[in-house]
Amino acid sequence: MHRSRLLPLTLLASLVGLLVAAPLAGADFLTPESGGSSNADDIDTLYKYVLAVAIVVFVGVEGVLFYSLRKFRARKGAVAAQIRGNTRLEIGWTVGAALVLVVLATLTFIKLGDIRNPPNSGPDGLELADGTLVANTKEKLPPNGKSLDIEVNGQQYVWRYTYPDGDQNQLNNVFAYEEMVVPVETTVTLDIRAQDVAHSWWIPALGGKMDAVPGYTNHTWFKIPASKAGQTFRGQCAELCGRNHANMVARVRAVTPQEFERYLAQRKADIQAANQAAERQRREQEATGGQPGGNAPQGENPTGESNNPVPGSPGGTNEDER
Amino acid sequence: MAATVEPTPTLPSAVPVPQVVTRKVEREPSGFLSWVLTTDHKKIGIMYLVLTFAFFILGGVEALMMRLQLSQADNELLTPQVYNALFTMHGTTMIFLFVVPVMAGFGNYLVPLMIGARDMAFPKLNALSFWFLAMGGLVFYASIFFAPPECGWTCYSPLSDNDYLPSGGVDAWIFLVHLTGIGSLVGAINFYATIANMRAPGMGWGRLPLFVWTILVYSILLILALPVIAAAVTLLLTDRHFGTHFYDPANGGSPMLWQHLFWFFGHPEVYIMVLPGFGIVSEVLPVFARKPIFGYKAVAAATVVIAFLGLLVWAHHMFTTPSPTLVLVFFMMSSFLIAVPTGVKIFNWIATLWRGTIEFKTALLFSAGFIGTFLIGGITGVFLAVFPIDWQLHDTYFVVAHLHYVVVGGAVFCIFAGLYYWFPKMTGRLLGEGLGKLSFWLMLIGFHVTFLIQHSIGLDGMPRRVFEYPDVGNLELYNLISTIGSFILAAGIGVTIINVWRSLKNGAVSGPDPWKGNTLEWFTESPPPTVNFDTIPRIRSVEPMKDIRRQIAQQTSGATALAQPAEAEAGRVTQGA
Repeated sequence: MHRSRLLPLTLLASLVGLLVAAPLAGADFLTPESGGSSNADDIDTLYKYVLAVAIVVFVGVEGVLFYSLRKFRARKGAVAAQIRGNTRLEIGWTVGAALVLVVLATLTFIKLGDIRNPPNSGPDGLELADGTLVANTKEKLPPNGKSLDIEVNGQQYVWRYTYPDGDQNQLNNVFAYEEMVVPVETTVTLDIRAQDVAHSWWIPALGGKMDAVPGYTNHTWFKIPASKAGQTFRGQCAELCGRNHANMVARVRAVTPQEFERYLAQRKADIQAANQAAERQRREQEATGGQPGGNAPQGENPTGESNNPVPGSPGGTNEDER
Repeated sequence: MAATVEPTPTLPSAVPVPQVVTRKVEREPSGFLSWVLTTDHKKIGIMYLVLTFAFFILGGVEALMMRLQLSQADNELLTPQVYNALFTMHGTTMIFLFVVPVMAGFGNYLVPLMIGARDMAFPKLNALSFWFLAMGGLVFYASIFFAPPECGWTCYSPLSDNDYLPSGGVDAWIFLVHLTGIGSLVGAINFYATIANMRAPGMGWGRLPLFVWTILVYSILLILALPVIAAAVTLLLTDRHFGTHFYDPANGGSPMLWQHLFWFFGHPEVYIMVLPGFGIVSEVLPVFARKPIFGYKAVAAATVVIAFLGLLVWAHHMFTTPSPTLVLVFFMMSSFLIAVPTGVKIFNWIATLWRGTIEFKTALLFSAGFIGTFLIGGITGVFLAVFPIDWQLHDTYFVVAHLHYVVVGGAVFCIFAGLYYWFPKMTGRLLGEGLGKLSFWLMLIGFHVTFLIQHSIGLDGMPRRVFEYPDVGNLELYNLISTIGSFILAAGIGVTIINVWRSLKNGAVSGPDPWKGNTLEWFTESPPPTVNFDTIPRIRSVEPMKDIRRQIAQQTSGATALAQPAEAEAGRVTQGA
């Protein structure tokens, strides 16, 4: 008698204990990654709300299920109650289930604005002048309209980033592969595109993923707090894009605004130097009778898009981009 | 057959003169030919079940190979090409060649028996459906000798376009979708016609067994969803080979078109897979709890509502695509809505157990295991419906875990419940209870060990469809746990296969009604004769067999209430009901 009541209760209690203890024990065992940007943190919070509701529903329903399986097993002399339904009860749990979902929808709408809409850059962020560094996106700009707008281009199997560096001709803009360098305390908006198959941009600690679909521009944003300067956030392509999908990785390195400006200038200089070197080589080759602009081994790099140049070193010429 | 056709009178106005013409009597084909040439719904049903279980085993082997590859970080057991082919074959096999058609197998065998019909409405079309399925599977699996598809079971454009996957694998996949699609479509029309027209006298819509309700709704969903995927893959085929640009953004097409068309089919497909499973459980639970189903009308209505809402939630698979916020909100809310009728079903099932006298047969265990497991899949589905949360979870192992909780926890456990419940009807022999329970526990434990941890793998940032992962955090440990679980699950399935093999020859003889069932299929012999029933009783409730047993009990003045069809039939006739 005692044992038959004790066992389900013990099971239930240990289950509840496990579910409560697990999120406390392992930091991200039961929750998404967060910590790099406020939108990732907000998603994490929203997730925890839903998790709390889910645990209650889970424990409640499984509890009743296990209780009935245990309590109402066939015994000698037991007669099953011939109940065909109970309209009040049935309406009750239908409405109850609907109410739980209304609560979840409300919580989502409360959090949605903070997740979807980028805030202004912090006072210590990168100085964003009007007009030059403003995003060309139609949506999702911070209230003051200023953000560092980086184009992210997915290609088999590498991410290419194009930074606004003040040059109106986008073909001359600074670009990089694989590792994106961004200033802290600055709202970074991303224009996500793809040039071959569909990819998906995802750095878990910096917020949700957004698909890069050929022919479309997708958007997301992040803003890394000042305390995270020097950290690198990792992620990888999340939409099957071919055989090497597993190795299409992405990194975002957070630096101070000053370092970022130095990086941008350095990168611009490197690319220009490489362009000039390539141009020089081409001219030399033409002068020495090489085919004009054709099969020159260096200089032209028509496959630059699909190669995976070492980040930080100029991988191709600007003309490669589209 | 042509020889037996009577020449028609040449004068249309002439009154046909009755005449007797002797013809040779064709012998019933026997052996192999009796299966190939059959139009009997029971034989076709068994062929469906055997073929789809063969595909289930193939798909399972593919899954184990993937789990082996992922058991270690940076593993080099399989090449990316092989791995991509494996998950494409696994997903396609399980969905197109196992879960959807296995339900058609159960439906084929049981719908005519449960509604008191002698066969399906169109027996020859029924055979055609099966052979289309077999051909589809053959075409698809032939591709492993050439170049299997590598685009995942979703075959997203532009990856599935000729520029990126020029091999014939994608074409084999397209033909599989076409062939199995035609088969399912014809079969669905057949089910609909059968259920609408051939019910026993007295069986109104309110007395239709719940499994038949779900097969009816399954058929309607197939009729609505399959033409869309057929159109989508046709456009893909012409894009690949005939110079069209439906999905090519460089020429005015759109890859998003593929996603919308695919998921307009793909999400109803989920309900096509799980609803008949719900039907099986709705039949099994009342029998073993010795109680009527709680809220018959609510369960039947919830099936219809789920199907309707299931047509309105497809873009929740596309929350990360470039879509307006309004669209995301709409599909979040519609996905929420669908949780209500699903929850209602779960509550009704538990209420069916409540105050019953539950007999723990294997079929009941699988049904109870289904409720407990599927609940988790339903709850994680609510997480994924909240689109900002989905931005973190989409295309990760969290989704892999969720979909397996829904499809394995939801459909496969029900299929096994159905197998243990109806095997005696199909073969005349019971499956072994000992092996059955061993199989259940191995499958339940193996399943949860495999897939529960995958939620955390996804939360840790591991995307799905990657052939390798770096050794960071606990990823390797989690993946190893998952791999071990998959082998326990496979062992559990193996035990059932052994059980089936042994019970076919040596199982206990079941008699017509081993479980004291509620529905008409238990009214006839096991296995049923070709014509199913000698006489079809009049139906007076959702539980005709209970009525029949009660009647016998009355007539034998309260003596034993063991229903033997012959006695029951005698009782019915003398009462003149």
